[in-house]
Amino acid sequence: MMMDDRLALLRQIQEVEFAAVELNLYLDTHMEDQRALMEYNQIHKQLMMLKQQYEMLYGPLTNFGFSPSQYPWKWIEGPWPWEQVY
Amino acid sequence: MWIYEKKLQYPVKICQPDLKMAKYLLTQYGGPDGELSAALRYLNQRYTIPTNEAKALLTDIGTEELAHVEIIVTMIYQLMKDATVEEIEAAGLGGNYAIRDGALFYTDANGVPWTATYIQAHGDPVTDLHEDMAAEEKARATYENLLKLTDDPGLKDTLRFLREREVVHFQRFGEALRIVQEYQQAKKFY
Repeated sequence: MMMDDRLALLRQIQEVEFAAVELNLYLDTHMEDQRALMEYNQIHKQLMMLKQQYEMLYGPLTNFGFSPSQYPWKWIEGPWPWEQVY
Repeated sequence: MWIYEKKLQYPVKICQPDLKMAKYLLTQYGGPDGELSAALRYLNQRYTIPTNEAKALLTDIGTEELAHVEIIVTMIYQLMKDATVEEIEAAGLGGNYAIRDGALFYTDANGVPWTATYIQAHGDPVTDLHEDMAAEEKARATYENLLKLTDDPGLKDTLRFLREREVVHFQRFGEALRIVQEYQQAKKFY
């Protein structure tokens, strides 16, 4: 059950981050598109909220100081992305 | 600087082990038009491309391609998991097993190791962006072939995602090419 909750939240992060990647690439060649930029900044806020929520429950998503860790050092905990079974 | 994110860009759902398919998928790991080639091609070309649009695009698409390397290798790793030596041999992966047990390596589907000769950099931005657009189309065609080689709905879903990314990247590189050509035209008047 807890695993399902984690994967559901991870799925949400994947969806929102995908929107961010798409808008990012689009903006690279359309730097003056104000609507796309507004959407990008909105998606950024949503993504940061979701990641914070995920990391509080399941540990850091990023290394090198971009996420805090609870005790003990949670970064090394599996499953690693290639081990995740859906 | 790059930061690792401990998640796949897109989920990989494997319904059952399939060593033959794992072997075929290797081409998108270390093959000529694979994801490793893509990432290294773009991240290397960005240093000499003249416009900021293209510098950003090569950085961002190059980074996304690294996430695709991880998706492909996750498929291969999970398709091969817990396979017996007999199964590995039957799938035509006996040569790989002899050298490296179950370890993964950057090769194409025939075991030919990755080589830098798969990618190019000419410094001429029109040439490099055409190379990138061609690379995206070659990768798309490879994904079409891979989609015909499996019935697994989970695999197909992820392969379709990767195929669609090639289409979007082609589109963006085309826009970057137009911007580069406008920049070259504008320079002539100064």
